[in-house]
Amino acid sequence: MRTETIDALTAYAHANPDVMLLTADLGYSVLERFAEALPTQYANVGVCEQAMVGIAAGLALSGRRVVLYSIANFPTLRCLEQLRNDVCYHNLPVTVISVGGGLAYGAQGYTHHGVEDLGIMAMLPNMVVACPADPLEAMALLPQLLDRRCPAYLRLGRSGEPALHAPGTVIELARAVTLRAGTDIALLATGPILGRALSAADALAGRGISASVLSFPGFRPLDEAAVLEVARSHRAILTIEEHNISGGFGSRVADLLLTHGLSPRFGKFGVTDALSGQIGSQAWLLDRLGSIEDHAARLL
Amino acid sequence: MKQIDTEALARRLRRHALRMTHRARASHVGSCLSMADIMAVLYGGIMRIDSTRPDWTERDRLIVSKGHAAAIVYAALAEKGFLPLAELDTYSADGGRLAGHVTTMVPGVELSTGSLGHGLPVAAGMALAAQRSGASWRSFCVVSDGELDEGSNWEAIQFAQHFRLSNLTLIVDYNKIQSFGSVAEVSDLHPLAEKFRAFNWGVHELDGHDHAALVETLSGPPPREGRPTAIVAHTIKGKGISFMEGQLLWHYRNPDVAQLEAALAELEEVA
Repeated sequence: MRTETIDALTAYAHANPDVMLLTADLGYSVLERFAEALPTQYANVGVCEQAMVGIAAGLALSGRRVVLYSIANFPTLRCLEQLRNDVCYHNLPVTVISVGGGLAYGAQGYTHHGVEDLGIMAMLPNMVVACPADPLEAMALLPQLLDRRCPAYLRLGRSGEPALHAPGTVIELARAVTLRAGTDIALLATGPILGRALSAADALAGRGISASVLSFPGFRPLDEAAVLEVARSHRAILTIEEHNISGGFGSRVADLLLTHGLSPRFGKFGVTDALSGQIGSQAWLLDRLGSIEDHAARLL
Repeated sequence: MKQIDTEALARRLRRHALRMTHRARASHVGSCLSMADIMAVLYGGIMRIDSTRPDWTERDRLIVSKGHAAAIVYAALAEKGFLPLAELDTYSADGGRLAGHVTTMVPGVELSTGSLGHGLPVAAGMALAAQRSGASWRSFCVVSDGELDEGSNWEAIQFAQHFRLSNLTLIVDYNKIQSFGSVAEVSDLHPLAEKFRAFNWGVHELDGHDHAALVETLSGPPPREGRPTAIVAHTIKGKGISFMEGQLLWHYRNPDVAQLEAALAELEEVA
């Protein structure tokens, strides 16, 4: 997903000379092709995320569309106020690409667990937040974010995320994609954890439970119509995210449901505080959260 | 270069800032007065700007990173015709656009500031943009001494020398007083010029109230070929008003009627 996205970025920047890519000294074996192809549209600013965001704002104020690249927390939480004041206050076309979102760098410890980024980014004014589930979603979303010419955040996994959508599936930022159509419970997922949601739906079918599975590539804006529709057509909703369940995707969905007077049986599957002291592979850490199908079955 | 009577302009800026902070009961008049001469020289002919075209692509850029000195910024812009002089009466007023910290809602302002340590990285990004496109415009940034405590500045100082941003000029309004006491007491910057030299910047050190020195330095060639320039401008907080000079109190207090009249009288006498 990471390599495909940078390839898509390189193609976009070829066609749009106003695009500049900045990195705070990360992207070894990933960014070289961009740097070699478009040297005047590239800069490694050194290990300084706060300054990088300010530099990006200065470039954007001078007519550039700027893309920042780094690992999950560094171009988001480390420089949160620079994003807030320098980028979002001025509504500038700066797109932050983070890699290793969620628990992709799980074994590196909590410093590298990107599990608060989506909620915090989505709280900033003018910021669009995207959380693609697979390479197809990522490649489709990148140009949409750049075309919007506003602050944007694109959260990627690390590498090797499998394709989950059929080739040719149309991906739009603010539109959910239905991958399974069921009747009992709706599994709403954002990001690569969609793969686990699909497996859970299969397991639930074996228990005689019919589950829908929807992917939400847009975290903000959210496809509100899709949420409201499944709330009316299913007995229960389970949100699934590789992010803290407090203030994340599930919280946004819950807000929306209550605001519209809807109260289906509702559950959130996601990262809890208990995981913050644990290290392990992404799969191992996600297993610590329990099984999605058990969460879903308990709701019915 | 057309350099107008910047001494007279500086006195007008000081009068505006005093009236504005008095009317709005706003703080930071001391911080405005210390950089009045720097602003008068920059707007008095150094910067390539056009008030009829605030977004002119070829204009020089100025970022006032010490966003709390908003009154002197708006005063300078109003004197140069970017907004009506009468609008200065709406400083910090309900529903107005002249926020207590510098904001781009005001024509001619390049960056909204107020949280310290933000301006220099943005000015460096602007300088990089000009360098990459071969443009001749310059990027200026004014910081306070206290805000140099913020690490983001030093990230930008490192970045700017590595990328050889010779079109970037940083001016430190070194008035020796920060929020809670003297700079020497809180977080001593001495030797400041040596710090910039060690970072491979070209450095000028001067009296920030000496217009001739400011003009000569700001219009001359960079002191270090191919590198950014730092101007360590030694200033006095509250400069120009006898009872405000060097006083931490005037970081916070606004002049009452009697103090305003006394202050304005001092500026008239000089005139």
